[in-house]
Amino acid sequence: MTESSPAKPGPVFDWFLFLAVALVATAVVRALAFTPYEIAQGAAQKIYYIHVPAALSAYLALGIVAVMSVMFLWLHDPRADRLALAAAEVGLLFTTVVLVTGPLWAKPIWGTWWSWDMRLNLTMFLWFLTAAYLVLRGAVDDEAMRARFCAVLGILAALLIPFIHLSVYLFRTMHPEPIVLQPGPPKLPAEMLYTWILGVVAFAVLCVALIRARYRLEVNRDA
Amino acid sequence: MANPPGLFTAAWIIARKDLAVELRTRSAFLSVLVFTLLAIATFFFAWDATAVASIDLAPGVLWVTFTFAGLMGLQRSFGMEAQDRAIDALLLAPVEREAIYLGKALANLVFVGAVLAIALPALAILYNLPLLVAITALGPVAALAAIGLVAVGTLFSSMAVNTRLAELLLPMLSLPFFVPIVMASSQVSTRLLAGRPLEEAMPWLKILIAFDLVFVVACTLAFPYTLEE
Repeated sequence: MTESSPAKPGPVFDWFLFLAVALVATAVVRALAFTPYEIAQGAAQKIYYIHVPAALSAYLALGIVAVMSVMFLWLHDPRADRLALAAAEVGLLFTTVVLVTGPLWAKPIWGTWWSWDMRLNLTMFLWFLTAAYLVLRGAVDDEAMRARFCAVLGILAALLIPFIHLSVYLFRTMHPEPIVLQPGPPKLPAEMLYTWILGVVAFAVLCVALIRARYRLEVNRDA
Repeated sequence: MANPPGLFTAAWIIARKDLAVELRTRSAFLSVLVFTLLAIATFFFAWDATAVASIDLAPGVLWVTFTFAGLMGLQRSFGMEAQDRAIDALLLAPVEREAIYLGKALANLVFVGAVLAIALPALAILYNLPLLVAITALGPVAALAAIGLVAVGTLFSSMAVNTRLAELLLPMLSLPFFVPIVMASSQVSTRLLAGRPLEEAMPWLKILIAFDLVFVVACTLAFPYTLEE
């Protein structure tokens, strides 16, 4: 299929990406210097402002992969495939951040780097699935076939997540229940809550900015 | 000319073809069977037999071995069609593409089932399990586990054979999908072998059954996308 030459996608690095980086820097500075210490955990709790926002952004990115996989098999639009690729790479990045910051936080607080807990397992398997997705992408030469294979894997992985979640749910859990995203008002003092919200927004913007940049890079490459 | 066969008739013909090839060569079956028995024996020495009772080890050993043996068997499913581009002839046949998937999956199910039919009693004997309980309790669990494993594995086998990495890619694609199967089967078998009532194993059995239903349907629908258009 020959595409009519796509609209010029614009530069890969632009104001949006710089805005995202500035937002993340602001969130980190605010978390470190202008947010009170948590009484029981002390400085270790500061990683909360990175860990949870990164996890939410990872879910956002991988959710995009799943939706774009369905869209591609449905509409056969190469843009859906490109967006899925961009989101998968960014999703792998954020999942890695979650898996690195989690043990760093767990060691001083739980006394162990890793516990075989449901959220940890789920994130680990998201990482494995995303890695497999990207390896598969690199292993198929034919463009149309690569897009179809990846879409199939993206959809099956989305179907798998509830099963992994259910299986590990039946194991006992050590991970704290959500502090903010739970029924009822947030169990967090206002200052901490604002820092956390700033963190979530900053990471979400960074996530979107990176996906956008990666997407543009792919358009440039195909053009 | 005779009418082209229906979905299930076509699937059955394709499964029979695969099984006939296997029955005449027996190469894959013997190597997978020996691998399974070797793995069961080797696992025994990886633990201190005086510290961990073999009945506690048995379910884990069985299901981990079973998934790896399954992977070995599944590789060959579409691998043998890649030789001399035999897959082209299969695609030219006037049958629905879903029938190719179902036929391949059925043949793989018989293959994996035959390996299990020997491996399960062997495990019971080597790990000193109550033989009758092991076979009557683990047999149905094994059947459920095999369906899920084959459903996903057959689809990925068809994909992997078309990649540059070929069979190297199959474990990476399949193993995350086998995790719920291994977890659920191990949990059910541990409880049944310990003589616990079936109700205690029910949540895990439900996961296993739901997994089979979801992935048999999803993989059948997804399969045509893994073939050349």
